[in-house]
Amino acid sequence: MKVIKFFLVGIFFGIVLVKSEAVSWYRIYEMFKFQSFHMYGIIGSAVFLGALFVWLFKVFGVKNIEGNQIYLIPKDSGFIRYIVGGTVFGLGWALAGACPGPLYVLFGTGVISMLIVIAAAVFGTFVYGVLKNKLPH
Amino acid sequence: MEYLLKPWPWYVSGPLITLIMLLLIYFGKTFGMSTTLRTLCSIGGAGKYSDFFRFDWKAYRWNLIVVLGAIIGGYIAVNFLSDGSAIALNSQTVADLSQLGFVNAGEALLPAEIYAWDNVLTVKGMAILIIAGFLVGFGTRYAGGCTSGHAITGLSNLQWPSLVAVVGFFIGGLIMTHFLLPIIFGQ
Repeated sequence: MKVIKFFLVGIFFGIVLVKSEAVSWYRIYEMFKFQSFHMYGIIGSAVFLGALFVWLFKVFGVKNIEGNQIYLIPKDSGFIRYIVGGTVFGLGWALAGACPGPLYVLFGTGVISMLIVIAAAVFGTFVYGVLKNKLPH
Repeated sequence: MEYLLKPWPWYVSGPLITLIMLLLIYFGKTFGMSTTLRTLCSIGGAGKYSDFFRFDWKAYRWNLIVVLGAIIGGYIAVNFLSDGSAIALNSQTVADLSQLGFVNAGEALLPAEIYAWDNVLTVKGMAILIIAGFLVGFGTRYAGGCTSGHAITGLSNLQWPSLVAVVGFFIGGLIMTHFLLPIIFGQ
């Protein structure tokens, strides 16, 4: 059960991303062209409900499966890394039409060439790790 | 069943993504897909080159299990839960794409112009995929998260860094879509 619950969440995630069309290159293009509400609706409703539930968890002190209070670790403070890193990612997101989750899901839909993008993404992460101490954060 | 096979509207999909995030939080974890790229580096021995990859990756095995599930979920969704309907794109989007040389926009999840083998196996096509992947991998780690970690989880937790990162996502995405794609694909 320890492992299987993550496996099941993953399957559900893959199905939702395909059925929502959030894995579609075209939907990402359309979003950045501001020509459809679809992606904004997905992300907006996910964030609205997410914020509501995270707040309710805090208010009611909801505990996780391990019996600890639910707590999201805040991201480190900073500005440059978020704006520059975010922009670099955005360039890739709009070109590949996929962010990391969809990269895997799309491979599962049978797009074998996605393995090239995944390998390049792993390499990009590697290069970041090597250059990390030289980059402004 | 008919509704299951059709594309799901945003007001169904968005809340289901919230549910996925909440389940992972409830399991004592967090929703962040780009972390798996770092884990893959560590498994591949990148710790030899940077201490950024020297961490206990076994503690992140659960996330690779999520990835494995996501791959299978993608397979299930297209093979058993789809009626083959085209993506209902804005007609202006379809027109804009045809200007860039993209035909049959929305008939598949991805454009053949980028992902079909006869385009991938050209110098330009291969470069597009490698550069796109590199930007995704480098950018997410630099920014400390991607759409799931920053846009969904971080914004749900009302974190400033995540808002800045999402603004960055849009700066990059808008530059690519409005200025670079026409250069890359325009005739």
